Amino acid sequence: MSGGVDSSVAAATLLEQGHHICGATLKLWGGASDSGCCSVGDVDDARRVAQQLGIPHYVFDMTDAFEAAVVAPYVSAHAEARTPNPCIECNRHIKFARLLERAERLGFDALATGHHARVVPGRDGSSHELRRGADPDKDQSYVLSMLGQRELARLVLPIGELTKREVRARAGLLGLRTAAKPDSQDVCFIRRDEGRERFLATRLPFHAASVVDAATGEELGTVPALELVTVGQRRGLDRGPDGARRYVSSVEVETRRVLVGRAEEVATSVLELVAGSLTWTSVPLPSGAVALAQTSAHGRPTRCTLEAEPAGLRVSFAEPVRPVAPGQTVAFFDAADPDLVRGGGIAAR
Amino acid sequence: MNGLSGGLCYLDHAATSPLRPEAAEAMAPFGADRYGNASGAHAMARDARTALEEAREVVAATVGAAPSEVVFTSGGTEADNLAVFGTLARCTEGHGPISAVCSSVEHAAVLAPLRAASRGAGAVLGVGRVRVREVGVDASARVDLDALDDALDDTTVLVSVMAANNEVGTLQPLDQVAALVRRRAPAAALHTDAVQAAPYLDLPAVAGGCDLVSLSAHKLGGPKGVGALVVRAPLRLAPMLHGGGQEQERRSGTHDVAGIVGFAAAARAAAERRDGEAARVAGLRDRFADLVCSAVPGVVESVARSATLPGFCHLRFLGIEQEELLVLLDRAGVCASAGSACASGAVEPSHVLLAMGVGSEEARSGIRFSLGHTTTEGEVARAAHGVADAAAQLRG
Repeated sequence: MSGGVDSSVAAATLLEQGHHICGATLKLWGGASDSGCCSVGDVDDARRVAQQLGIPHYVFDMTDAFEAAVVAPYVSAHAEARTPNPCIECNRHIKFARLLERAERLGFDALATGHHARVVPGRDGSSHELRRGADPDKDQSYVLSMLGQRELARLVLPIGELTKREVRARAGLLGLRTAAKPDSQDVCFIRRDEGRERFLATRLPFHAASVVDAATGEELGTVPALELVTVGQRRGLDRGPDGARRYVSSVEVETRRVLVGRAEEVATSVLELVAGSLTWTSVPLPSGAVALAQTSAHGRPTRCTLEAEPAGLRVSFAEPVRPVAPGQTVAFFDAADPDLVRGGGIAAR
Repeated sequence: MNGLSGGLCYLDHAATSPLRPEAAEAMAPFGADRYGNASGAHAMARDARTALEEAREVVAATVGAAPSEVVFTSGGTEADNLAVFGTLARCTEGHGPISAVCSSVEHAAVLAPLRAASRGAGAVLGVGRVRVREVGVDASARVDLDALDDALDDTTVLVSVMAANNEVGTLQPLDQVAALVRRRAPAAALHTDAVQAAPYLDLPAVAGGCDLVSLSAHKLGGPKGVGALVVRAPLRLAPMLHGGGQEQERRSGTHDVAGIVGFAAAARAAAERRDGEAARVAGLRDRFADLVCSAVPGVVESVARSATLPGFCHLRFLGIEQEELLVLLDRAGVCASAGSACASGAVEPSHVLLAMGVGSEEARSGIRFSLGHTTTEGEVARAAHGVADAAAQLRG
């Protein structure tokens, strides 16, 4: 229970279905924070909802593990011009690892969250499928794409069949304190008034870099911090001499260069995935398989072909996509069954 | 026992204790009947004032103080804050650099105001620059007297050492601390947080050498929301709460007469029964500790029983996460705690265990069980059973 409306309604729904449940909120960050998962106000909201539902509520301190598994790697990745999604790493190492293991030790049958996605029994009767949520605007299967059978066997997602509007309506009917609470948008350990730049500024040295046209090699200017540049970004770059927008295609840390180009020049056609980062929901997709790849939280999926390589997996897109930054997650969906998650991996440089 | 607590094994008396029947009875008339504001002039006010002063005399007697030396507050935390800020503000006037010394295992209600004062947060009350030195403890959380000796000098205006620790129960050597302070920093005020110790220690004897003593009603079986700071003459404090000038200008605010009357009734009852209760509770604690230690492997008693308050049993369950054990104990109806909670309600890493030299991972295996005036043999036996089952499940 993060203190948001989704997990509140997830809890209420499980109670309606007759389950015995306890609510748990994770304390993940000891520093100042004002958005979800971590602020004391959010914990109070989660606790109040638990009280309204009549269920026990516990707060678990996982700040050490979160710092080691999510925050520190987030910071060091930026030093290498990689931009991981910390919410995905939190899901991978904390929520569906440590917390799931704790739930098992405490004798619970399953862990439930308010994620917009669905876990359904597989057709073979023994496996579990992970599917997109009913509300396409809110679908969160992308951030759950690392889960495998071990996790899915013990995961319940009660609101995956509901739209966001339906979730809020239910919360309103139940009189829950969180019914009208806005969704948290930002990384939970970075304050809204601080932003990523100031958060990283106290933790990393910044290095200026020259901005170079990838096609012509012409130097177009400089940026004060290559650590803050994200592949695919347009912000902060002047239009080229032809008037077309410029986007970042890559960041070279050693030579301190940021390569840019026009949209069609920088689009990604082929991607390498980091070998150790590949996970399959159930049966792995074989080399040569066609799939649908989604490269951002709410991006449109694109057809692609997968080829196994010694170094990992190569993804070839049927049509070029917006540049995928190293560290970004790529989620795979079944080409014939687009709501079905097949697995995921992390883009290499 | 009836109501919510009826089926539970409540082993968290260090957090709070049930209201004693004497206190409930004493408080009853002060809601809708004897409801006067003790600061007025008419008959209702005089009646409230009388009750207030009678209560003051009772509380003073339990501590061996004069009635005028008792300042009623909203509880132990306010008493600790007043001891710190009130002393530092008074000593700042016209002084050079000042310092305050405390043990590293003091309650947050002492550590936090001291640290805040060292960062300048006391400026609004008139506190100037102050250096705070926190003195270490040994493996039993007993203050290191040699280190304390080193920390004291002629800039020291305040020394704070608790009478007994609230997490592991360790009794502090207050008479030796007082002797050191008299020798090394005779001008300093010596404060002791006696909140946990009050039900069981002979405070006039134990805290007789202290200038400032913090008390909390609910730890004695009185109501929550009221306590006292004993300020021995001729010590003067600067007030924190400014207003109508109650408590001889030391603590403004309309008196919670009902609470204060309840405080006095509880303090008297506790004092009258002290020796018998101390022996009874110590016996139950010993039984509990013996049951758990024989049923559960890999358990460490954090401090030797002879060195702690009678009701305290702090155990470390090696290889087990305290948060998980507390969940299982909660589900089994056993109320215990892991020390302090932070603002979000999560268990805070224990500064006391770390100060004792316990590694941070082992510190996360600590649970405090604390017995009190209502604890029964049956509760102890059921609780020990619950602890054994929970530990077995987690070690599983």
